[in-house]
Amino acid sequence: MRYVDEFRDANLARTLSTQIAAVAEPGRHYKVMEVCGGHTHTIYKHGIEDHLPETIELVHGPGCPVCVIPMGRVDDGISIARRPGVIFTCFGDMMRVPGGDGSLLDAKAQGADVRFVYSPLDALKVARLNPEREVVFYAIGFETTAPSTALTLMRAKAEGLTNFSVMCNHVTIVPPLKALLESPDLRLDAFIGPGHVSTVIGCRPYEFIPADYGQPVVVAGFEPLDLLQAVYMIMLQLAEGRSEIENQYGRVVPWEGNLRALEVLQEVFELRPYFEWRGLGFISQSALKLSDAYRDFDAELRFDVPGVRVADPKACQCGEVLKGVIKPWECKVFGTACTPETPIGTCMVSSEGACAAYYNFGRFARSTARAGS
Amino acid sequence: MADLEDEVLARIERQRKLRPRWRDDRITMTHGAGGKATHTLVAGLFEPAFSNQALAQLTDAAFLDIDGARMAMTTDAFVVKPLRFPGGSIGELAVNGTVNDLSVSGARPVALSAAFIIEEGLDGDVLRAEVDAMAEAASRADVSIVTGDTKVVERGKADGMYIVTAGMGLRVHQEPLSGASIMPGDRILCSGPIGDHGTAIMLARGELELDADVQSDTAPLWPLARALMAAVGSSLRVMRDPTRGGVATVLNELASDANVGVVLDEAAVPVRPPVKGACEILGIDPMYVANEGRLLAVVAPEAAAHALEAMRNVPGGDGAALVGEVAAQPAGMVLVRTGFGGTRIMDMLIGDPLPRIC
Repeated sequence: MRYVDEFRDANLARTLSTQIAAVAEPGRHYKVMEVCGGHTHTIYKHGIEDHLPETIELVHGPGCPVCVIPMGRVDDGISIARRPGVIFTCFGDMMRVPGGDGSLLDAKAQGADVRFVYSPLDALKVARLNPEREVVFYAIGFETTAPSTALTLMRAKAEGLTNFSVMCNHVTIVPPLKALLESPDLRLDAFIGPGHVSTVIGCRPYEFIPADYGQPVVVAGFEPLDLLQAVYMIMLQLAEGRSEIENQYGRVVPWEGNLRALEVLQEVFELRPYFEWRGLGFISQSALKLSDAYRDFDAELRFDVPGVRVADPKACQCGEVLKGVIKPWECKVFGTACTPETPIGTCMVSSEGACAAYYNFGRFARSTARAGS
Repeated sequence: MADLEDEVLARIERQRKLRPRWRDDRITMTHGAGGKATHTLVAGLFEPAFSNQALAQLTDAAFLDIDGARMAMTTDAFVVKPLRFPGGSIGELAVNGTVNDLSVSGARPVALSAAFIIEEGLDGDVLRAEVDAMAEAASRADVSIVTGDTKVVERGKADGMYIVTAGMGLRVHQEPLSGASIMPGDRILCSGPIGDHGTAIMLARGELELDADVQSDTAPLWPLARALMAAVGSSLRVMRDPTRGGVATVLNELASDANVGVVLDEAAVPVRPPVKGACEILGIDPMYVANEGRLLAVVAPEAAAHALEAMRNVPGGDGAALVGEVAAQPAGMVLVRTGFGGTRIMDMLIGDPLPRIC
């Protein structure tokens, strides 16, 4: 398949793999964080760790939109979904995220009208087709998906739709990165920067990472060769003692980002003073809410939501996984009490979550696999 | 650290091998998706409640020996939406689905029953078209529809119509084909491109605004099954039709039944470009997408070439390919060698990637 197969070429991978091994300093252990959940998914799905020397450790970061939603926000969504007359729409992954008392999928089985959509525009379509019902879209995601929510809201406003609203859980990528870099329990060498977030915000917002923390950032695409090349670029920077932002994903990411998308975000959203992140706690100015011009479409204002903070289950170590402090399998409940069928934590739900990716794709002894080949 | 990781993984595997218990408060859509939740429902509720030896095998069709007659029996319900889709319709599916469960069990399909649950207000021509499709499919599969039942339910229920079929077949061999008989070294064959049916339905629902020319692969599998049995005899270990849950689910069941590793060569599994493209865009792995006219076979290594040739000589089997082999390790799991030169495991389907497909 064109534009796909080129980026999955095993021969090129072997070449890169050799080049990476050649620049790795003997005896040094490297910790590289891939910020984005999409990268985590690619790493496991294509077996990228098989192409890296054992001294390069990939640490999974907080960039999975579903994983960072705290339980209280799930409960708020469910409380809206249970109201008579409401059609509650969200992305498929979100339906299985456990709140304090079950998931949206459970609420659906109990009679709530919860539907999954592929895009916020699909939710708008549902609203047009059901003028007598209240249609709510549960918006999640980083700057990647926020512009599509914004455009949907602009269209809803232009059409004068009164039965459509959005429960906004959009978050921003830079504040959690700052929080991670300030965290004393994590020592990283470099970052693989998020690809699709950067198509919107560009590369400039990461400048503080090399400037203040002396660590390289390479913004990378999502095909397996993209990731291997990004690791190689990072290893070269480290070998040459450089720390810069480099853009491996130049075919998609403009250095300045997407100015039109940024304008749209400015118009429709404003920063929340603070927002709770699952496992990371409250981070100031890290999330978006609807701006005053769009307050009529704000589901949190239209419906009375409990807004109660629900503490994570004690056994759940999603926070440490999200921060890259522990590996998924080091969590006490991984694979036993917490599995993709019966997740306790969010990291086990989304296909971009580190735990789900590891459980679904990586859960075998690599030594056995190598011996068997 | 690697030792500790292996220990954790071993503990998880032990836990996974425990008999599933069904403890869910309510039925959700995942219980019908053919993946893990379905497996838990069947093995944790139905099987212990109805407990008998024929059921306990949990095969596509039950094996019954009645006064020396080697019978096989199966049933299947069809709730697909929309009723008609490129390449087929609910009526054709209802016949082929049951015919195929018998065929892959090594039984020649003989007779079917058909029960109709019809929504009040259904257009008479729609019903007639499905009945005609069933008659034609039955004639093509050389099987008779010998009994049936009709129920009509209120408007708003049953999405037009549901069809339930059951089938009786006559087994060719005395010994039933069994997933437990596969052993390291055996080869895995696939009769053609995978993922066509599920993708065709998904596109036909029109919710995705994707346009691609994909036709359902619905077809009777008896000609393929018969040719395989005739060609390689007892070197044929087992046959399966990868419907809901797809190739991934079937291979996981085999790995678990025989406690062997199944090693799949991703690049060797045939997938048509439009199916690959649609799945790529939607983030779905074609290995989990349903098929209604494909057959997976496990054969002894020395019989693989002959079996492939036999499959390719049957209409519908011309795209047959050798896709993997059985290994001792990792026991109970499916390991994929990715086209990229890496490895990953492929687990059973979790959740529900696609709405009602059969």
